[in-house]
Amino acid sequence: MPNNMLKFKPLNVGRWFIWGMTALLFLGTPLIFNQGFSITLLSQMGTTIIFALSFNMLLGQTGMLSFGHAVYSGLGAFFTMHALNAISAGKLWFPVTFLPLVGGLAGAFFGILFGYVTTKKSGTPFAMITLGIGEMVFASSLMFPGFFGGEGGITGNRVVGEPFLGISYGPAIQVYYLIAVWCFFCIVAMYAFTHTPLGRMANAVRDNPERVEFIGYNTQRVRWYVLIVSSFFAGIAGGLSALNFEIVSAENVSAIRSGGVLLATFIGGALFFFGPIIGAIVFVFFSVALSEFTRAWQLYLGIFFVLMVLYAPGGLSSLILMNLRVLSFSKFKRLLDPYLGVFIGAILLSLGIIMVIEMTYHLTLDASNGTVRKIFGFSFDTAGSTAWIIATSLLTGGLLVFEPMRRRFMQVWNTIQEEIEVEQTKKLVV
Amino acid sequence: MPSSTPALKLIDVKKSFGKTEIIRGVQLEIPKGERHAIIGPNGAGKSTLFNLISGRFGLSSGSIQLNGVEISGKKPFEINRMGLARSFQINNLFVNLNVFENLRCAVLWSEGYKYSFWHRLDALKDARERAEEVMERIGLARRRDTKAGLLTYAEQRALEIGLTIAGDAQVILLDEPTAGMSRSESDHAVNLIREVSKDKSLVMVEHDMNVVFGLADKISVLVYGQVIASDTPQRIRENPKVQEAYLGAHTHA
Repeated sequence: MPNNMLKFKPLNVGRWFIWGMTALLFLGTPLIFNQGFSITLLSQMGTTIIFALSFNMLLGQTGMLSFGHAVYSGLGAFFTMHALNAISAGKLWFPVTFLPLVGGLAGAFFGILFGYVTTKKSGTPFAMITLGIGEMVFASSLMFPGFFGGEGGITGNRVVGEPFLGISYGPAIQVYYLIAVWCFFCIVAMYAFTHTPLGRMANAVRDNPERVEFIGYNTQRVRWYVLIVSSFFAGIAGGLSALNFEIVSAENVSAIRSGGVLLATFIGGALFFFGPIIGAIVFVFFSVALSEFTRAWQLYLGIFFVLMVLYAPGGLSSLILMNLRVLSFSKFKRLLDPYLGVFIGAILLSLGIIMVIEMTYHLTLDASNGTVRKIFGFSFDTAGSTAWIIATSLLTGGLLVFEPMRRRFMQVWNTIQEEIEVEQTKKLVV
Repeated sequence: MPSSTPALKLIDVKKSFGKTEIIRGVQLEIPKGERHAIIGPNGAGKSTLFNLISGRFGLSSGSIQLNGVEISGKKPFEINRMGLARSFQINNLFVNLNVFENLRCAVLWSEGYKYSFWHRLDALKDARERAEEVMERIGLARRRDTKAGLLTYAEQRALEIGLTIAGDAQVILLDEPTAGMSRSESDHAVNLIREVSKDKSLVMVEHDMNVVFGLADKISVLVYGQVIASDTPQRIRENPKVQEAYLGAHTHA
């Protein structure tokens, strides 16, 4: 049959190219961004990528919304840290390079344990139970200071024993490469998972759990097994972050972490495999890089999240793919002009919003340091009226430009989408 | 003797929702290889009966046997693994997966891959070939890569049947397979059903009398949760009780 022959591609060039580029990106990025701070940032992006992808096994691939995924990464981190300390104390021999595996196995173990309970239900009840389990583990972390280290958490030193081939994991760049290698193989493994019988049945459960029961599968089992695999990878992410920070505390299993990974996944987009990768990068940028510049970073992250949910529920990845589709139908040129308009409006509007937020924060939280707040290199006197006049005029001016530009953009965008739909159906008929 | 064991046997099956008794003691015996249609007016309990047989609902009392083995109280996936598959009156597909993936999901269990995460799907030749074979039979080969949610209604109906037969169950339950189809579409569906139910036992709920009389070896008439007649199409047509309760309303209309 001819359509069988078309499918037969023993050497999938495209796939090798994409994986090769990903590996190169991991290798090359720290050469470009080589300051200490960038390395920390990149390392955190690596662990968050694994964590967010493991979360999306549940959310995007199986349709399970979990509010307690940090339980698995956090417990993985604690076990890794205890293993590390056991190695330091000479009670255990194990190469540090493979320590994240301890985190992964711990994560999987608790996935088996807690997952058995949580996956008995799906949908909203599942979400509620995960919230409960999360609170339970967080409370236990304060109840058992012997294991969890109480308020201060537990610390460790990742430099143990003699360096192997010059690798001691002392310098941050070595930890980055440790994380990069783990991250790369975890991405490959999690991608491969989506192409297994269990991975595909997870999609079936997401789409229509009821029908799954009538083609021989126990949906509860599918959910449970996926959760175990997902907790394994979450545990690896936790183990890596334990090695990265050399401290693990109750915060690692907290609802804040669980919420963070949900935010990251959603921002990147749960519909596509690579969505959470983008989401993790953006999220770490917000929470680590932006927090260096402003105390209002959570507010910005919140605004960004709300805007994404409202206007791009498919996340950044679907925005990218939708634009690529326009590009592939050679209609992108018509979008350039509307994009420019929206962009200018958005810049003005954002400047106004940022000024108002920063000056308000300064007035309420930073008043003891005087009334002057530096924003983008300019000094503004938050007590004077000039700064506020500039801020409000930017805000109103931005709105006046942005709104008509947005409408114009949407008009062009919708026309193009309709044209593409028509062209696609024509192709099908032919 | 195994050959005399019916494919499906219902003994005094009853089902109530609250105080309302929907199925009021149904007796039914479907021998292996028979095509059996269940007809009856709206609200007679036909779909409920299917839900009881397939394990979607539990019985209030009575017994259901599949090839002589008790299946009442079992979960849908257990009953499915024992060789009974069903379709739904309202399309019940995996809407975000394409036609091929839909069918491949439906063959995975019967091919023995269970919950495997150590097999690469695309390397599973048997699952692929079986899914492609079913895809050919239901006439959707050229729609292979189209998402189930984007198919036309008639195509979705065909895929609904495809999902049902893909696991190679020996007893097939089809719930109004031609509902909402045009004349030519339903003629096509009848041929499809005749073909896929070859050497299998088929139980079918159907409103379209052309389909029923064109396909069924035997017909049972369900009225108010009871089987009032169960016989060959010819004798059902002549049965005055049936004419009064059900067919009459249609023929005189």
